[in-house]
Amino acid sequence: MYTNDFDYYRADSVDDALALLGDHDGAELVAGAHGLLPRMKTGEESPPALVDISQLSGLAAIEETDGSSGDSGGDGVSIGALATHTDIANSEIVRQRATALADAAAELGDPQVRNGGTIGGNLAHGDARSDPPAALLALDGSLVARSAGGERTIDATDLFEGPFETAVSSDEIVTGIRIPTADDAVSGYYKRRNPLSGYAMVGVGVWLRTDGETVQEARVAVTGATTTPTRLPGVEDELEGAAVTEEAITAAAAQAGTTLPDEAFVSDVQASAEYRAHLLTVDTERVLGEVLDVDYSSH
Amino acid sequence: MSEHDISVTVNGEQHELSVEPRTLLVTALRDELGYTGANVGCETGRCGACTVRVNGEAIKSCTRLAVQADGSEIETVEGLGENGDLSALQERFQEHHGLQCGYCTPGMLVTAETFLRENDDPSREEIREAIEGNLCRCTGYQNIVDAIEATADQLGEHR
Repeated sequence: MYTNDFDYYRADSVDDALALLGDHDGAELVAGAHGLLPRMKTGEESPPALVDISQLSGLAAIEETDGSSGDSGGDGVSIGALATHTDIANSEIVRQRATALADAAAELGDPQVRNGGTIGGNLAHGDARSDPPAALLALDGSLVARSAGGERTIDATDLFEGPFETAVSSDEIVTGIRIPTADDAVSGYYKRRNPLSGYAMVGVGVWLRTDGETVQEARVAVTGATTTPTRLPGVEDELEGAAVTEEAITAAAAQAGTTLPDEAFVSDVQASAEYRAHLLTVDTERVLGEVLDVDYSSH
Repeated sequence: MSEHDISVTVNGEQHELSVEPRTLLVTALRDELGYTGANVGCETGRCGACTVRVNGEAIKSCTRLAVQADGSEIETVEGLGENGDLSALQERFQEHHGLQCGYCTPGMLVTAETFLRENDDPSREEIREAIEGNLCRCTGYQNIVDAIEATADQLGEHR
């Protein structure tokens, strides 16, 4: 299968890539190609030129950042945009400090897809069925994007604008993601896999700070079930200040399917919006129970 | 559209070729270089019939541009055995009848061989997860898992 014709340019630095983007109208970046190439095959996208950043060095590192070192803005994890989903799933740093993202990376696609796809491309691409967006939202992460004009940070809450629409503009390169971390926080991601596509029918990311008895702070986000990955403030409000009990989790999860407008949910041949809203409640309850270590074996 | 000169090493042999930007890696391997082991199945990155290793990692070669593979070390199913002999994994696929029509087999073999390098004592569940990206349209998974498990057992005897 051939895509439409396009010109190909290989960048040997971020600056070079920015210059190539500037020189070629409508050019798109390509790295792992897992977002763009399938859509070019179907004709959903047909860029006249591709700028290949897959061979740039130094953009795949996964590191802990220390708040005392200055500009990183607090303790956190820094992940280079070219880190593959396999790199992230296998990273002990991400597993320990940003569990929801490690879970999402490990659930994404299949082994070969995880070897091929990169986190920067995944998030900039904005596929609302993919796993990392819910994790990034729950972890309150952000993207670092560079353009000819300089560098900016895009918060996860500002990133996802619609199906395949993100706040990353066409003259920008995502160079990495940043995730703030806290020693008393736990997080996780649960995926209900669409058996046909392998994407998330429903994916729920959660991040919680507790003292063991009470939830002090909560972030909950969904992918797959909704047309755009989004936080679930109704669930978060219900959780904050609640006791870490099965009853409180059930009450909070019950808000998941109800606090979003009906039109926020995807409805297609595989699942109606109503069914997805129901699954969202079930799966929110499940992932909260897992992350908070509350026994749901009776369910 | 202009062509690009690339250089790739396939199963240890270096090749120079010119490709259009839109040529997929699997197309270049099959049509330009004659490595027809990797099959073209779904072409959407799901079925895994086109699985090859690039720089040691199993990937779907229908979801990579050939021009992006410039400078890479590629391994295809043709490189699994040595001197015309089957590899241990290939022999176990034969013994356990781990194939029916055979279309998925090259991808299954490359994926399983890569997996066993990282985990030589897997559970059946882990084997099933490892071949999640390889679809068998004959649904002959049982014998494929048997063959991979038997290879791991054989490797274990040499541990």
